[in-house]
Amino acid sequence: MLVLIAAHAAVAALLPVLAPRAGRAVWWVAALVPLATLVWAAALTPSVLDGDAPVEHFGWAPSLGLEVVLRLDALSLLMTVIVSGVGAAVLFYGARYTSEGHGRESALLLAFAGVMLGLVTADNLLLLYVFWELTTVVSFLLIAGRGRTREHREAAQQALVVTTGGGLAMLLGFVMLGETAGTYRISELVADPPDGGYVPAALVLVLVGVFTKSAQFPLHGWLPAAMVAPTTVSAYLHAAAMVKAGVYLTARLAPGFADTEPWRPLVLTVGLLSLVLGAWRALWESDLKRVLAYGTISELGLLIALFGYGTRNSALAGEVMLLAHATFKASLFLITGLVEHHTGTREIGRLSGLGRRRPVLLTLAALAAASMAGLPPLVGYLGHEAYFDTFWNAARYGSGAGEEWMLAALVTGSALTVTYAVHYLWGAFASRPGMEPTPQEDPGDRALGMAVPIAALVTATLVLGVWYTGAETLTEPYAALLPPYLAPYHLALWHGPSAALALSVAAQIAGVLLYRLRPALAAVRDRSPRAPDAQKSYRRTEQGLDRAALGFTRRTQVGSLPVYLTVLLATVLVVPGTALLLRDTPFTAPPLWASAIQVPLGVVVLTAAVTLARVRRRLSAALLAGAVGYGVAGLFLVQGAPDLALTQLLVETLTLVIIVLVLRGLPAHLGPQRAQPRTRRLRLALSAAVGTLVALLAVAASAARRDPAVSAYYTEHVEEAGAHNVVNAIIVDFRAMDTLGEIAVLLVAAIGVGALILLPAGAGEAGASARSRPPAADRYPETARWGVPQDRWLPEAEKMPAHDRLIMLEVVTRLLFPSILVFSVYLLYSGHLRPGGGFAGGLVAGQAFTLRYLVGGRTDIAFAGRADPRVITGAGLALAATAGLAPAAFGGDPLATALPSVTLPLFGHLELSTSVVFDTGVYLLVIGVCLKLLAAMGPAQVPVEETPPPGGGAGRPAPSDAPGSRGR
Amino acid sequence: MTTLDLTSAVVVGGLFAVGFHLLLQRSLMRLLFGFLVLGHSTNLLVLLAAGPPGRPPVTGHGQDRASFADPLPQAMALTAIVITFGISILLLALVYRGWLLLGHDEVRDDVEDRRLGESEHPRRPGDVAGQQEGASGRTTGETPGKGEER
Repeated sequence: MLVLIAAHAAVAALLPVLAPRAGRAVWWVAALVPLATLVWAAALTPSVLDGDAPVEHFGWAPSLGLEVVLRLDALSLLMTVIVSGVGAAVLFYGARYTSEGHGRESALLLAFAGVMLGLVTADNLLLLYVFWELTTVVSFLLIAGRGRTREHREAAQQALVVTTGGGLAMLLGFVMLGETAGTYRISELVADPPDGGYVPAALVLVLVGVFTKSAQFPLHGWLPAAMVAPTTVSAYLHAAAMVKAGVYLTARLAPGFADTEPWRPLVLTVGLLSLVLGAWRALWESDLKRVLAYGTISELGLLIALFGYGTRNSALAGEVMLLAHATFKASLFLITGLVEHHTGTREIGRLSGLGRRRPVLLTLAALAAASMAGLPPLVGYLGHEAYFDTFWNAARYGSGAGEEWMLAALVTGSALTVTYAVHYLWGAFASRPGMEPTPQEDPGDRALGMAVPIAALVTATLVLGVWYTGAETLTEPYAALLPPYLAPYHLALWHGPSAALALSVAAQIAGVLLYRLRPALAAVRDRSPRAPDAQKSYRRTEQGLDRAALGFTRRTQVGSLPVYLTVLLATVLVVPGTALLLRDTPFTAPPLWASAIQVPLGVVVLTAAVTLARVRRRLSAALLAGAVGYGVAGLFLVQGAPDLALTQLLVETLTLVIIVLVLRGLPAHLGPQRAQPRTRRLRLALSAAVGTLVALLAVAASAARRDPAVSAYYTEHVEEAGAHNVVNAIIVDFRAMDTLGEIAVLLVAAIGVGALILLPAGAGEAGASARSRPPAADRYPETARWGVPQDRWLPEAEKMPAHDRLIMLEVVTRLLFPSILVFSVYLLYSGHLRPGGGFAGGLVAGQAFTLRYLVGGRTDIAFAGRADPRVITGAGLALAATAGLAPAAFGGDPLATALPSVTLPLFGHLELSTSVVFDTGVYLLVIGVCLKLLAAMGPAQVPVEETPPPGGGAGRPAPSDAPGSRGR
Repeated sequence: MTTLDLTSAVVVGGLFAVGFHLLLQRSLMRLLFGFLVLGHSTNLLVLLAAGPPGRPPVTGHGQDRASFADPLPQAMALTAIVITFGISILLLALVYRGWLLLGHDEVRDDVEDRRLGESEHPRRPGDVAGQQEGASGRTTGETPGKGEER
């Protein structure tokens, strides 16, 4: 089966390539594939009907319940025969019918046949869903054609939206079914159907999918609209194949779920309503294809009701009607195509005298219409007899669940079916009094090529009717799966005088009479209250959705960042807040403090933070932010995290320095708060509420810990990493991969800063930058000129005006700089054993350079660093990555640590750890980032015009650059 | 059992409140400070959630390892501190750049964002042109520097 489906796909992919050379012949090639499928199915028929269903199985994602399982049982076989038989006929027909775009049309139709084959053989709900949606996609492409007219596009879009919407509901239902039953295998699900729980809801959802796909009231509007598609598409998709998918699914699930509420009432109500209303609407259409389209809605309603009723006899009737409908409706569509081909129209009002001129076509149409109307000896008659008998007996012996109403609906539907069959036949072929015969062009042998597939389909409807034992053999095995509430019905052309026959005859006579009374009926129709037009309500829904979306967007998308954040925070407050309130474990009173020193630290932190929120001077704000950071570092220390405290202190210092450096280029005060008092109160209340929520969450979370911490593993195995400091071991060894990623982020951030600050504003922005020249720049007169510093200590400082120099700082820097660097290296290498490490070491070194920067300006940094910061940064990342990868070269895992020990003459025994190399990479990178940031901050305080972009390295500014290094 | 003490909870909650309050302002610099404060408070929260204070997790002195503070949140917070530093400085650079190019450091309303909701025919973008004037008239009046940033 998989091979056949793949063959459909492969040939379909080839056809557009072949089309430019082969022209029409591609249709013949395409038709061969379903023909081969038909032959294959025929060959398998005896064994499948004996109950031996071949299964093909391929794993896909079995853990998710996703598997490709194809299974060919009796029902699948029946559908396969229909899909491939009608498919082959339509493709043969298409060769003569289609006049352009052979490659696209034939390929899509063939792909569609393949998808349908997959759909009817899939034995997994999710796989079935995939094929189900693929039919939707292909049908969208087929209906849209090349999307030339708005009508085509809208019809295609409507079909897509409606059936996909139903499909989504169905998917939800499938998942609910599959999860309740514990299996997604359809065969297992039907054999042992789950009960209770989600099952009723799941069935309703699945049936919504069925009703949209099979165009049932009130979701049918897309099918008549889709009649803009070419006849081949209508015949195949909208009569024989795609719309049958819903019927197929009903039939597939009925053996398992027909007795589960609310399956039967839902299916019968919708199906029978569609039967009657569809047939009624068909009477009033003047476009032949739309007559057939409403007829299809009606027939599909009948089929869904028959299969959904879920008894042996009704299923048998359903199967026969399925076969009948596939053959006669496809032939009628194809005949309509031929009529249109001959006359250029399919409007009933413009057709006249066609029957007399085309007797063969008339005969074929009459046979197909007779099958539709249920006349013997055609297969349609067998079906009508079967369901009349079934429901007559159900009404007589039934449970009293309204079977009489069903019978009445069936008789009415049959009568109306006869009426629209006559309407179609007369409309297309009759000679109208007082009307010239419609002019025809002579299509020559093309008509013959189109008539042959029609004849084949009509022959099928005739043969299946006459050879009713064959029809029963094909349909009996599936029907036998369903409970035979009454004596099993057998197909026959003549059962003797029976109630079913009487009903059938009555329906025929009533149907013909109704056709005679059409004018009177029209008056009834005009007077009766009109059912809401499905098409109009679809459009109204669509527009309503558009408008609602627009209104929603207008209200929610106001373009204001504070508003968006307010919404986010309110959500945070409401959702986790509700969860917090609803939890069952009560709060236990927490201890006041874990360590008394927390109280003064907390007071400092909170005071600084609250003041930070209120100050208007940028510098004060920066200092207060620093105070918060230092206070938090103290809290870290209390918590038992010296590494963290160290890093926090270092980072805070560096942040403070850099912010202050940048602040020199910005106005001294933050902008005034322009928000309304009401808004400000709202913000205040909201942030206070979120803060309270976080505090409560923290208390709740700390009380909710049940399992031991995962880090016990790290603590126990820290010696294996050659370390004593567990935190450092985690950073450079246990979770070194994370660290690698993190230093990469740092690198990217530093590059970003460099680009943002050093990049020239550009000529086009001259106006903008002139307008926005930072006023603070004027306060820094050009104070220094310097050449290339070579060998003197702090050369820049000497070139500054004396009043700008800080002698004490210069001296202290001179003394401290080397010592700090040595200390940073010490931190790096001792980090493995006690607090420290690459981050801390790198930051300490960064502080040393910051100190020099403050004293000597930017060029001094370039001098002190010697190397380009970019090189240092890159080298750090490369070193860390290499150290991580190196073990792989020796057959170890990446980022693994080795512990070589050496004995050196002077130092004695040394235990080393290779993770120190990794840490050194981190160290270098952090230094590089610090240098890069300092280098970037130099120009940050002068207007762009006065700072031409540094030509080469970022650390080598042009001579005219002002140092402006004092943040006073 | 609740292991978090009241003082720490109040500090964390207070820091979050201040951080979000700053984040709700329109001044980019205040946003930056809000970001910094939120960084601190989140690191503190991660650390506090690990349990009550313990001894520094450094072995080798014959200490009882059960009395250690949880080292994993410390390692996470440590890298988080460094990354917060990098990102804050990047934000700072953005503030500076914005100041340089636009002459202000405020988050103005996004006019483009607003226009989306004001077009009559959302499916046909060609029709939006006629709506633009009405749209920009209702906003803060300042055109954002979208076209200037390249």
